[in-house]
Amino acid sequence: MIESNLPVAIAVVLLFGTLAVVSLGEWRRGLAWPAAFVTILVFAAMSVALLLIVMRRGPVRAPIAGWAAPIGIEFVVDGLGAFVVTVIAGIAVLVALYAREAVGRETPGRETPFFAMFLVLLLGLAGIVLTGDLFNLYVFLEIASLAGYSLMAVGDARAVVSSFRYLIMGTLGASLYLLGVGFLYTLTGSLNMADVAARLPELASNPALLVSVAMMVGGVGLKMALFPMHLWLPDAYTYASSTTTAIVAPVMTKVSAYVVIRMLFFVYDLELVSRELPVGTILAWLSAAGIVVGSVMAIAQTDAKRMLAYSSVAQVAYIGVGIGLASPLALVGAVLHILNHAAMKCCLFLVTGGVTLQTGRRSIAEYAGLGRLMPWTFAGFTLAALAMVGIPPTNGFFSKWYLVLGGIQAGEWALVAVVVASSALTAVYFFRLLELIYAAPAEGLTASDPGLGMRLPVVALGVGVLVLGLGNAWFVTHVIQPSLPGALRAIT
Amino acid sequence: MPATTFESARPLLAVVVSLAAVPLIVASSRRPNLREAWTLVAAFAKAGLVVSMLPWVLAGRTAVCRLWELSPGITLALRVDTLGLVFALVGSTLWVLTSFYSIGYMRAAGEHKQTRYFASFAVCLSATIGIAFAANLLTFLVFYETLTFATYPLVLHRETPEAKAAARKYLAYTIPAGLALLVATAITWSLAGTLEFRPGGFLTASMASPVALRLLFLLFVLGVGVKAGIMPLHSWLPSAMVAPTPVSALLHAVAVVKAGVFGVLRVTGFVFEPGLLDSLSLGTALSWVAVVTFTLASLLALAQDNLKARLAYSTVGHLSYVVLGAALVNVWSWTGAILHLTFHAILKITLFFCAGAIYVRTHRENVSELAGIGRQMPVTMAAFAVASLGLAGLPGVNGFVSKWSLASGTLMADQRLFPLLVVSGVLNAAYLFPIVHTAFFRRSPAFPRFGEASPLMVVPLGLTAVASVVLGLAPNLGLHAWDLARAAAVAVTP
Repeated sequence: MIESNLPVAIAVVLLFGTLAVVSLGEWRRGLAWPAAFVTILVFAAMSVALLLIVMRRGPVRAPIAGWAAPIGIEFVVDGLGAFVVTVIAGIAVLVALYAREAVGRETPGRETPFFAMFLVLLLGLAGIVLTGDLFNLYVFLEIASLAGYSLMAVGDARAVVSSFRYLIMGTLGASLYLLGVGFLYTLTGSLNMADVAARLPELASNPALLVSVAMMVGGVGLKMALFPMHLWLPDAYTYASSTTTAIVAPVMTKVSAYVVIRMLFFVYDLELVSRELPVGTILAWLSAAGIVVGSVMAIAQTDAKRMLAYSSVAQVAYIGVGIGLASPLALVGAVLHILNHAAMKCCLFLVTGGVTLQTGRRSIAEYAGLGRLMPWTFAGFTLAALAMVGIPPTNGFFSKWYLVLGGIQAGEWALVAVVVASSALTAVYFFRLLELIYAAPAEGLTASDPGLGMRLPVVALGVGVLVLGLGNAWFVTHVIQPSLPGALRAIT
Repeated sequence: MPATTFESARPLLAVVVSLAAVPLIVASSRRPNLREAWTLVAAFAKAGLVVSMLPWVLAGRTAVCRLWELSPGITLALRVDTLGLVFALVGSTLWVLTSFYSIGYMRAAGEHKQTRYFASFAVCLSATIGIAFAANLLTFLVFYETLTFATYPLVLHRETPEAKAAARKYLAYTIPAGLALLVATAITWSLAGTLEFRPGGFLTASMASPVALRLLFLLFVLGVGVKAGIMPLHSWLPSAMVAPTPVSALLHAVAVVKAGVFGVLRVTGFVFEPGLLDSLSLGTALSWVAVVTFTLASLLALAQDNLKARLAYSTVGHLSYVVLGAALVNVWSWTGAILHLTFHAILKITLFFCAGAIYVRTHRENVSELAGIGRQMPVTMAAFAVASLGLAGLPGVNGFVSKWSLASGTLMADQRLFPLLVVSGVLNAAYLFPIVHTAFFRRSPAFPRFGEASPLMVVPLGLTAVASVVLGLAPNLGLHAWDLARAAAVAVTP
C-alpha cells in the first residue's frame, strides 16, 4: 500500500515543502534554505525508495482521488520513470548544497521566493515523469516551465529578456504538445497513456495520428532544444543565476527527452508510425545537426558559461540521436546519457558559478591559471570535462560506447561518424580550457576555492563521473534494460 | 605441464599500486623528499608484484582477475599471459630506474610543478600495467586512453609555447586514434560477440565480408598505430621530445610507444586469426608499411642535429621493427618482435638517460655541440656507445639477438624484406656512431670543464648499459626474456 502511494506522496511532499519554505522564510529569512533542503532530502530518499521498489516488483500504479484509470488520472512509475526522478532528485540535493551560500551571495534578500520556485520546479519535473496521463503531463510541464521562467529571470539584467524569450518559445512548445494531446483524445477518447497506447494500433495509418506525433515531438523537441529550435537556450543559460543554470541545464532538457522517449516508445509505437512518417530518422538527423552545430558554436564562444550552454545543445542532441536510432543499445545510450550528462553538466555549471562568485570572472581567457588557485574546484572540473569528451573510464565514454554500438546495430554509419567526430570537437574546446587553467599564469589574482558547501558538490560530481562510468553496467542491466519496451530489451 | 587458469588479485594490485600512490604524492607536495619516497615505494612494489608473477607464467599458469561488468557481457578483467607479462616486466622494472633518474634530473634541472609531474607519471604506470594485463579489448581501451591523457600533462610540462604546441599536436593525433579504436572495438563486439583476447585470434573470415574486415583492420591500425609511430602517424613523437627527458626516456621510448606496438601484437595475434590476415593480405600490407617506416625514419634521424629528435626518429624506426615482426606472424618474427620490444626499451632508455645527463650538466641539446664530451663524462658516453652498438645490432649486445630473430622471421615469410632490414641496420649505425665519434675523438678548443651528472642519474644509465651487454650474451638470464618471447610466439603462431 505504501508503494502505491509513494509517487503521489512525492508530489505532496514537494507541494507542502514549497508552502513550508514560503511560510518559514517569510517569518525568518534564514529558514528558507533549511526548509527547502530538508524537503529535497526527503524527495531524494523517496525517489531512491521508489526506484528500488520498481526494480524489485515492477511498475507502480497509483490512481488519484479514488477514480480508477482510464477515467481518472493515475501516476504510473516504471523503471524508466523512477530512474529519471532519481536523477532529478540527486542533482537537486547537490545543487541545493551549493545554493545555500551561492543564492545568498548572488541574489541577497530573495532567498525565500527563490527556494520556493526551486521546489515548484522540482514538483513540475517530477510530476512530468511520474504521471501516466497525457493531459496531466501538460499541466506539470507548465508548472515546471513557469517555475523555470521565473528562476531564469533572476540573474543579470539581460536575464529578464532571455527568460521572456524562453517563455514565448516554451509556451509555443507546450501548446503544440497540447494540440497533439487534443488530436489523440479525439481519435481515442482517452487521455490515459496505457489506454491510448492500447487503442492506437488500429489507427496506425490515420493522418490525424501522424499530425499528433509531429506536434508532440515538435513541441517537446522545442523544450529539449532540438536543432533548429535550440536558439532560446544559450541566452537563457548564460544570463540566469548560477544556481538556476546548475539545476535547469542538467535536468530540464533531459526531462523533455524523457517525454519524447515516453511518447515514441510507450504511447505511440514508433515502428508502426515510422511506416507512414519516419519520425525516428528525422529526429536522429536533426539531432546529428544539433551535435555538429552545438559543438562548433561552443568552440567559437569566449564566455565560459555560454560555451557550456552550446555544449548542452550538442549533448542533448546525443540523446536525440539515441532515441532516433531506436535500436536497443542506442536507446540504452540515450537513457544512460540522461544521467551521465546531468552529472557532468551540473558539475561544470557549478564550477563556472563558483569562479564567477570567487573572482568575478566569466570569459574563457580569464580562466588562465585558476587551476592552482582553486585546486578542488578544478579537480572536479577536469574530471567532468574529460567525461564530456568521453574519455574512459568516465561515464561520458560509456554513453558514446552504447550510442556507437546502437548505431552499428541500426546500420547507420553516418550517425556513428557524427557521434565519434563530435567527441573530437568537444576535445577542442575543453582542452583549450584545460590548457589555460593549468598551464598559463594567473596574472596578479588571488582567489581560493569557495566554501565547503559549494566545493563539495563539485568534487562529489567529479568523483561521480568516474563511479558512474565504471559502474554503468549496473544501471544498464538492472534499471534501463528492464524498463525498455519488450522488443528493445535484447542486448544484441 | 598443464595450462591452468586461476583467480588472483595480484594483477590488480600491480595495476593500482601506483594509482594509490597518487593521492600520497599530491598530499606531500610541500615535502619533496617524502613525495619522492612515495614514488620509489610504488615503483619497487609494482616491480616486485610483476616479477612475483613470473614463476606462474613460466609454469604455464595464468592468473586472472575478473572485476565487474563494464558493459553488459563485457567484464573489466585482467589476465596475466606471457605477452602481457613481458610488457609489464619491461615497464615496471624500468620505472624503478627511471624514478631514481627522475629525481636526479628534475632537481638538477630545477623543473617547476614537480608534484604534478610525479603524480602523472604514477598514473601513466598504472595505465601501462593495465594495458599489459587487459584481458579484453574494452579493458585494453580503458587503460590505453587513460595512458593517453595521463601523458598529456607531462608533454605540456614546461608550459612554454613550444610545449603547448607539442601537447596540442599530441592530442590531435591520439584523440582520433582513440576514437578509431573505440569504433573498431564496437564493430568487433557486434561481429564476434566477444572481446576476449585469445592466442591465435577470434575474428574469422566467416564473420564479415573481406572488405569489411579490411576496413576493420585499418581502424585498428589507425587506433594503435599512432602510439606505435607508424608513418605517417608518427610526427607527434619528435615534437613530444619537448617533455623533460625522463618522460622521453620511459614514456616516449618505453611505455607509451610500446603500448602502441603491444596493441599491434594484440590485434595481429589475439584478435585477427593469422590465417585471416594472410588470406586478406593484411599481414603483407602492414609489413611493408613497417619497412617503409623504419627506412624513412632512419634517414630522417640522420638529418637531425638535436640529440633527442634524432633519438625520437630512431624510436619511430625501431617501433616498426616490432610492427614488422607482429605483421608477419611466424614463430621467429614474433619471437624477434617481443624480444625487440624488451631490448629496444633497455637500449633506448639508456640513450635518453645519457641525453638527459648531458643536458643537465651542459644544457646542450645538439649533436654538433658534443665534441669532446666523452672525456668529461666518460661513464655516460661509454653507456651511450654500448647502447648505440646494441641498436645497430652488433653481436654481443642484446639488440643483436632480437634483430637476428626478426631477420630469420623475414627469411621465413618474405625474403624481399630481408635486405631492407640489413640496410636499416647500417643506417642505425650511421646516425648513432658519429655521435660517439664526436664525443670521444673530436676536440673543442673552448670547452669548459664538466663532470658526470649525479649518481642518481649515472647509476641507472650504467645499469641499463650493463644489462644490455649481459642480455646480449645470455638473453635468458634473470627474467627469462628469451623463454617468455619464445613461449608467447609459439602460443600465437599457427
